[in-house]
Amino acid sequence: MPRTPLEPRFTVEYLSILDAEGNLDSALDPGLPGAELKRLYRAMLLARRLDERMVRLQRQGRTGTFAPIKGQEASQLGSVAVLRPTDWMVPSFRETASMIWRGWPIEKLLLFFAGHLEGGQPAPDQRDLPITIPVSTQLPHAVGLAYAAQYRDDDVVVMAYFGDGATSEGDFHEALNFAGVWHVPVVFVCQNNQWAISVPLKKQTNSKTIAQKALAYGLPGIQVDGNDVLAVYAASREAVERARAGEGPTLIECVTYRLGVHTTADDPTKYRTAEEVAEWERKDPLTRFAAYLKKKRLLEDGLEAQVDEEIAAAIARFEATAPADPLVMFDHVYAELPPELKAQRETLAETLRSGEPGRREKHEPSPPMRGQRSGRR
Amino acid sequence: MAKLNLVKALNLALMQEMQRDPDVLVIGEDVGVDGGVFRVTEDLHRTYGSKRVIDSPLAESAIIGTSVGMALYGLKPVCEIQFSGFAFQCFHQIENHAARYRNRSQGRFHVPMVMRMPYGGGVRALEHHSESEEQFYAHIPGLKMVIPSGPRNGRALLAAAIRDPDPVVFFEHKALYHAHKEDVPDEPETMDIGRAQVVSEGDDLTLVAWGGMLRVAREAAETLEQEDGVSCDVIDVLTIAPLDRETIVRSVSKTGRAVIVHEAPRSFGPGAEVAASIMDGAFLSLEAPIARVTTHDVPFPGFAREKANVPDVARVVGAARETLAF
Ligand SMILES: Cc1ncc(C[n+]2csc(CCOP(=O)(O)OP(=O)(O)O)c2C)c(N)n1
Ligand SMILES: [Mg+2]
Repeated sequence: MPRTPLEPRFTVEYLSILDAEGNLDSALDPGLPGAELKRLYRAMLLARRLDERMVRLQRQGRTGTFAPIKGQEASQLGSVAVLRPTDWMVPSFRETASMIWRGWPIEKLLLFFAGHLEGGQPAPDQRDLPITIPVSTQLPHAVGLAYAAQYRDDDVVVMAYFGDGATSEGDFHEALNFAGVWHVPVVFVCQNNQWAISVPLKKQTNSKTIAQKALAYGLPGIQVDGNDVLAVYAASREAVERARAGEGPTLIECVTYRLGVHTTADDPTKYRTAEEVAEWERKDPLTRFAAYLKKKRLLEDGLEAQVDEEIAAAIARFEATAPADPLVMFDHVYAELPPELKAQRETLAETLRSGEPGRREKHEPSPPMRGQRSGRR
Repeated sequence: MAKLNLVKALNLALMQEMQRDPDVLVIGEDVGVDGGVFRVTEDLHRTYGSKRVIDSPLAESAIIGTSVGMALYGLKPVCEIQFSGFAFQCFHQIENHAARYRNRSQGRFHVPMVMRMPYGGGVRALEHHSESEEQFYAHIPGLKMVIPSGPRNGRALLAAAIRDPDPVVFFEHKALYHAHKEDVPDEPETMDIGRAQVVSEGDDLTLVAWGGMLRVAREAAETLEQEDGVSCDVIDVLTIAPLDRETIVRSVSKTGRAVIVHEAPRSFGPGAEVAASIMDGAFLSLEAPIARVTTHDVPFPGFAREKANVPDVARVVGAARETLAF
């Protein structure tokens, strides 16, 4: 009874198509038409410029805490671009680029980060879940959506986003396991940006890759250069096609880097070096894609001004939004407001009308409640 | 004696307790090199190293679960859950295990651990970063639930929680972290868990509050004094569970009127338990129905609407006047 290696042996691939200088490995070229390449670049540029604006808006106090995506544009757009509008997209909290690609208006995202829940409301026909803040908790929902799609026999794929830190949570493992057992059409896209706030990947997991975690659950895992939009696109297209063909789930690990702060409340100089950041700046997904497009003569002039204008118009619409009506807080708690909540709503409405809580009560004390007034002792 | 804000005061308690007892260690997300997202664990890592100040992987359930194991072995873990809104990821470890090992093992084991969590709103934060969930922990037999209201009692209660033989959930209000400074003695100081404090005295009304709402209650008492000539007992509850019913009942037996203020939603909130204690102990002294000023029974409405949800001085004064006019 010898010890023998088990078959099959497991392997994990790494995929890179555009190098940091924008040179293409033509054997692996996903062959996107020029118009699609231009659309992707425009979206990446818009995401980058918007990100910078959103950080400034936060610094000016016009919005609250915000999680920037600078450096992760290729991971988000290369993946989301393979979806059809009829597919589902499940974001975490750092997917501004994916969300805009899916049609979320910029002003809506701004509203969200300015503390208005309206900003989290998907359009009626939009198959996206709202931003999820508790890390990893959205992943089982993606698997449930995929199960339901399969149950209904719909031609639908679900794509779910999360970070490297998220792979430590139980929900990640439970979701992958269920997806494997149920063999459902879901694509897990991990943006491994090397950091979970101040915790580096090597303190997050003892695995060499995140992609290999898929193997334990019986699904394929692939690692891609997440700063290479073509590699992300190629791997995502393959995974989505497999899912659509009934061949089950895939985990894609996009190796990327968060060039900015974790959120606007974070100070990364406390935990990482300027050299490390500079090293990743040299691998910037935008500059390499621009270099490639330039060689192909697909880089448009004046694009920056165009996207800046689009952003400025959205910010103007955001700032023109009426102040939040507090009473809306009761609108979406239940299908029908229970009596106690109705009473709470009325009290708040009255307070807001009088502008001076307490005064009304002083001048018109409410009638005594039955059985309450029992003399002292 | 140094003037410290709540962050520095809690940090002092951690520093000194780690110094005093080599079994005390700190574990959580970003508590080490980064010093915690609110800087409460600043410098601990530099002082005590990564064996005692653990930057854990991102998993609340395993932070609490492994801490339970460490505590069963005899260590005294002080866990940080980065925001109380993410403690539902470890709620089963708290409820199923931290709170029960003493009982399950019939006294053979116990779980001396502290679970620190920033809670509360008013800091322009997103969903899950702005809620008050003390009621869930206060409801669990076997757990203690502590909420300081300022730097001095924060430091003393955290030190007491670390020395306590039972598991303590320790809430720190985010809006209090930098709100004000207080004289905090250099020498280690503790306070009894399970004791409320009467922080100002009066005859006409009892205001009961804790954590971030204490300031609101105190300001309401000042307004009532100035504008209505009404004097209030203001009670800082400090320990939600086990609740110091005696102090509350004694006060209401004197004043005959009570207003309870909390940031947790109203229904089935801790105010209901406080009110029931008053009914049990001071029923015959009551001159008016017990009032509660709380957030509404809605999920966090986004910070653009927060002001209309979290109790403020005007709402407390309003409720007090209604109670007084009854
Ligand atoms: C369950 C839970 N725990 C803690 C947090 C606080 N938090 C927000 S983001 C984050 C790090 C996430 O790291 P990663 O998954 O790598 O995503 P990234 O932020 O790098 O995009 C933490 C700890 C949270 N949002 N949810
Ligand atoms: Mg990360």
